[in-house]
Amino acid sequence: MNFRRLQSFFHKEFLHILRDRRTLLILFGMPLAQVLLFGFVLSNEIKDTNIAVLDQSKDVESIALTNKLASSGYFHVALTLQSADHLEPAFRSGKIKMAVVFPPQFGKQLTHEGSAALQIIGDASDPNTATTLIQYAQGIVFNYGRQRASSQASAGPTIAVQTRMQYNPEQKAVFTFVPGVITLILMLVSAMMTSITIAREKELGTMEVLLVSPLQPLEIILGKTSPYLLLSLLSTVVVIVLSMTIFGMPMRGSVLLLALECILYTFVALSLGIFISTRANDQMGAMFMSALGLLMPTMLLSGFIFPRESMPWALQVIGYAIPATWFNPIVKGVMIKGIGLEVLWPQTMVLLGMAMFFLVLSLRNFKDKLA
Amino acid sequence: MRTVLFLVQKEFLQIFRNRTMLPLLIFMPVVQTLLLSFAANYEIKNLSLGIIDHDLSPASLRLVNKFSSSGYFQVKYAGFSRAEADKELAADRVDLIIEIQADFERALVREGHANIAINANAINASKAGIAMGYATGIVQDFRRELPGLGLAPPGTNPGGIQVSYSNWYNPELNYKYFMVPGILGEIISLIICFLTALNIVREREMGTIDQLNVTPLQKWQFILGKLLPFWMLSQVMLALGLTVGYLVFHIPMEGSLLMVFGFSLLFAPCMLGLGFLISNFADTQQQAMLTAWFFLVVFILMCGLFTPVESMPLWAQRANWLNPVQYFVSFMRMVLMKGATFADVRGHFASVLAYGLVVNGLAVWTYRKRS
Repeated sequence: MNFRRLQSFFHKEFLHILRDRRTLLILFGMPLAQVLLFGFVLSNEIKDTNIAVLDQSKDVESIALTNKLASSGYFHVALTLQSADHLEPAFRSGKIKMAVVFPPQFGKQLTHEGSAALQIIGDASDPNTATTLIQYAQGIVFNYGRQRASSQASAGPTIAVQTRMQYNPEQKAVFTFVPGVITLILMLVSAMMTSITIAREKELGTMEVLLVSPLQPLEIILGKTSPYLLLSLLSTVVVIVLSMTIFGMPMRGSVLLLALECILYTFVALSLGIFISTRANDQMGAMFMSALGLLMPTMLLSGFIFPRESMPWALQVIGYAIPATWFNPIVKGVMIKGIGLEVLWPQTMVLLGMAMFFLVLSLRNFKDKLA
Repeated sequence: MRTVLFLVQKEFLQIFRNRTMLPLLIFMPVVQTLLLSFAANYEIKNLSLGIIDHDLSPASLRLVNKFSSSGYFQVKYAGFSRAEADKELAADRVDLIIEIQADFERALVREGHANIAINANAINASKAGIAMGYATGIVQDFRRELPGLGLAPPGTNPGGIQVSYSNWYNPELNYKYFMVPGILGEIISLIICFLTALNIVREREMGTIDQLNVTPLQKWQFILGKLLPFWMLSQVMLALGLTVGYLVFHIPMEGSLLMVFGFSLLFAPCMLGLGFLISNFADTQQQAMLTAWFFLVVFILMCGLFTPVESMPLWAQRANWLNPVQYFVSFMRMVLMKGATFADVRGHFASVLAYGLVVNGLAVWTYRKRS
């Protein structure tokens, strides 16, 4: 291994990358955009949802309860309907997401008999939102009913539930997404970009030139991957700093541990990138293989956006083969929970194993197929 | 016009002869629809529960039983140590910890009031919110059962309002009915935008675009020749995806399929034009791919597939008017699940038509027969 040779190769690769301003911009801009989106834009919060009220009794009680719903901040009474026939068109046109139907004599039943019935209809084309909306509405209705009923003697025992949202008391969506974004960036830059770079040399024919040069295959690989290693780590640092400063993401654990784990994960990603480049014939092929084989699974199956427990068993098993599935809990654990290797050693071991396996496999493949 | 037909023929030949692209076009929509639909499940079930029951009275045991038989929770830890339970929470072995005070039953009977503490791992805020909702719901249900258990004087009327709720359009709250139509829209948008951008830039990178430029070919003929093949292919992909959706997931097809295909015919130019526009500003395939990827990630995250559009801040909802994918996703859901009529979705048609005209106009305007 000749270091002077390696150094000049490094230099060339760096120049290639730095001169491609547009690509650099996007490589840094994309994770930034994602973090900003997740932090400021995307949420599951329910507020001012348009609902309809069909009040068939129109007395003091029903009007009071409607007001309570409207002033909760969750709902906005967009339509007051006069008949049940108007319900379907209202839902179908997407104007409302929920309807509250008061039966006739609502108030009278509530005050004289102490209990009354109420119907809530949810637009379950969006099942989760419908469930949440109905839950919120039920809560408000329940509280109102209890207030009215406590004026009567026998209300029965009450149970107070003290809830606590651990690790993330303000329930910021960012906490669960930033670690996932980090896994995605590292995979994108390290794996995809590396595979495309090497595939481009193959496609344009310059790989032959490289191979007949005094450069050893190992040196070629080192030279091709190191710039992207640095770039991805830099990108990760930017994302972490941003999420800490703007979104208040904590760093409760050891920074050193996080850095080491990131480098470990990057190695896995890099070797996967090299592996793909040995299989693809051109850039488009490399890009699609990385996108389908690495990025998609990382985004979908690693537990980044969708919880793994809800997935069918087969997909959960596939998820175990994805490096991000193991890396995600490491980032969350170190940053948000403040735990260390004593809890995270199983995940770290798996990543170490993956890194070694893929490194050996890709190097072997590179030597056989290209050199 | 004949010229355009020749160009289209050439394009199709290239597509079908390209061993990477053809399987991609057929398999990608199918595989992604399948994969994404099975993975994308926000249904929160199989939650792991940790129980700290200091009372072990019939009442508390009954409450614990309610949790474990609810179908949402599985008891993974039962003990007396707070510290141990917290460790389970930190290691992700439980999602929720319920602590019941030592004199739970006595407090209920004698003082008519008792406390329960619930701790949730809130790193994934929306999952914790839903889990907490289930848990508090179960507690309230338990409270209503108290008279029947002999823990409250019989005849006590917890009073209040009985709510009966119904879920329209999706009574089983099948999450796939909600996701598959949207996913289909998203995948088709992604593929045609990508392929169009890459297709044109590839010609530029390889130099064959210069050969086209020196022919008597006019701008509009060239553009049509490039857009038409993928326009037609998008309809094929839609048909394929809908068939898979129907056969595998039994998605509802309430609305007019004719309208669905008509809309997608009108919608395709939006994404095709976007791809074209991107290709005008990219020098290499890598740049085109990354730029397209950047925009598409933003569009897809904001289109209402992963988080509801209504939960976004107002300024983001307005910015979403520039997001074509959002119209397609919303349209598919409204028509397939709710059977929306043309009157309900004419806004979608209008927006998509306008968007297509503007984007393609821009693309044509910025297309230069430059090198």
